[in-house]
Amino acid sequence: MTLDKSYFDYPHRSYGMDHDRYDWSMLSDRKQVQWPEGKKLALWVNVPLQFFPLNQKGEPFKVPGGMTMPYPDLRHFSLRQYGNRIGIYRFLKAFDQYGVKPTFAMNTRLAETNPYLLNSIVERGDEISCHGYHMDAIHWNGLGKDAENELIKKSVDSLRNLTGQDIKGWLSPAKNESDDTPDLLAANGIQYFSDWVNDDMPYQFRTSNGELTAMPLSTETEDYFVINGKQHSEDSWVEQVCDAADFLRKEADTQGGRILALNIHPWLLGQPHRIAKLEKALEYITAIDGIWSASAGDIRKSWIQQQA
Amino acid sequence: MKEDPGYFDYWPYENRPKIEWPNGAKVAFWVAPNIEFYELNPPANPQRNPWPTPAPSLPGYTVRDWGNRVGHIRQMELLEKYGIRGSISLSTALCDHHPEIIELCKERNWEFFSHGIYNTRYTYGMSEDQERSMIRDSMETIYKHTGQKCAGYLAPALSHSDNTLDLFAEVGTELFGDEGGIYTCDLFHDDQPTPIHLRSKKRFVSIPYSLEMNDTIAYVVNKIEPRRYGQQIKENFDRLYAEGAESGTIMCIPTHNYQVSYPHRMKAFEEALDYITGHDDVWVTTGREIAEFFLDNYYDASVADISSKQRTA
Repeated sequence: MTLDKSYFDYPHRSYGMDHDRYDWSMLSDRKQVQWPEGKKLALWVNVPLQFFPLNQKGEPFKVPGGMTMPYPDLRHFSLRQYGNRIGIYRFLKAFDQYGVKPTFAMNTRLAETNPYLLNSIVERGDEISCHGYHMDAIHWNGLGKDAENELIKKSVDSLRNLTGQDIKGWLSPAKNESDDTPDLLAANGIQYFSDWVNDDMPYQFRTSNGELTAMPLSTETEDYFVINGKQHSEDSWVEQVCDAADFLRKEADTQGGRILALNIHPWLLGQPHRIAKLEKALEYITAIDGIWSASAGDIRKSWIQQQA
Repeated sequence: MKEDPGYFDYWPYENRPKIEWPNGAKVAFWVAPNIEFYELNPPANPQRNPWPTPAPSLPGYTVRDWGNRVGHIRQMELLEKYGIRGSISLSTALCDHHPEIIELCKERNWEFFSHGIYNTRYTYGMSEDQERSMIRDSMETIYKHTGQKCAGYLAPALSHSDNTLDLFAEVGTELFGDEGGIYTCDLFHDDQPTPIHLRSKKRFVSIPYSLEMNDTIAYVVNKIEPRRYGQQIKENFDRLYAEGAESGTIMCIPTHNYQVSYPHRMKAFEEALDYITGHDDVWVTTGREIAEFFLDNYYDASVADISSKQRTA
């Protein structure tokens, strides 16, 4: 038994990362950030508005949250649509009750086919980012660069037309990318993306078309990750996000502004037995001294102004 | 393939020679932070895929990068607050990639032991010479960057061969004599140190590195809530502390900077550390110190006792 000797080649065994997308740095070594009006903890509530096609291809994998049963998987199709019909309107009430300024990461296909929902979001004036075309349109190397560019262009341009907003943010379905995705996002006028969950603060990410800002949208405190993936109770999710808020708020006292990013799904927390848990978490977090509820774009803008 | 690796003989948890830790401590308590580097595009291994999705497999890669960029400092400062020196299970390529982390740990007199070169390079399929070279590279790298003579081993990603423990002990002797290659964290059969049979007959011990207390096992495999993890740690300690009055026990918390250091998990971990270090009879120590103390004081008596318990009826 023996491995090819190339298994013992370590071509990137040197200072920094094993790729050239960004510089290695520890958060604690970076310049401290001050949020507007002396706020300490930015609250970024990110709401994915998603369309999971019934005729899912599942390439190169079945998107988490997507169809799992033989066609037609009506249970998952309709349960996800529940979020866009019912859950989202519960979310909106909760946001307004607690003064939360959300950011909506929208699948373009959903915006194309649901004008009433789109209008509900657009009329609020909240920031909308692009969440890809739909949840089964996964970005990966098998697409090929030209086809992926077409997919991104279609997704972004159509969402710009439909919303009237100059869409600047991006979240890939399943946070999955090809090697080219960041380059193509930048080429299509995207300024920030949230697929790389490797930091608690924004950082600049190199592409062949200029820099993107990587915005830190933690997977680990997502409702879907905690409640569905780990099967923790809703009460435990509340406890975890409140513990996270307390921790980051305290860290901000000595290390500069921090961000609590909550990625929450209307089809999950928008259920009747869960919505009160979201309300409970928002009540706690928005009462924290020094909280700044802001859109992803506004958080990025404040951060990037301080990087000069 | 063997039915049993033959590393240890059966040794019942009763009537063992009494272990007395320094200063009358009941429990030797150590924390083993894994500080790891996972590659974005590792080479294929015939027996194990590094990542579950096609490259670039961002979810797994990026959380581990988070651990080094963000999580490490949080964990280090928390351990320091409670007077704990980490015993680092190190992907030794990290000495090249992230020397800042190595320096911070050196300044705090933490122990470094080998966890292979990258956690995306598995032992599976290696020839004996290849594995020996990999282990030697990792131990030499630790020495070059920290001046420490590597005492312990945890195979990269817990990937082993039938030769792993023998090779680690032999390379340790070649490089550093009796100071190198004296303990393993790869075996989970006991709550006290145990002598390990090696082909070289070297004096070598297994130091309990609890898989059950490991944050990745708790959070990823068992999927438990942060507060429950904290509670399990306290309860694990309570029993080992009580039993330690009869004969000294070992408690280890193996951690990862990309698990335990998340903002939603730090509170539970801090409460557990506060609880443990709030007890009087705890020896807060490192893997090497436990191994050396046992080898110096209890190894021979343990070998004799184990031998006496192998008699057939």
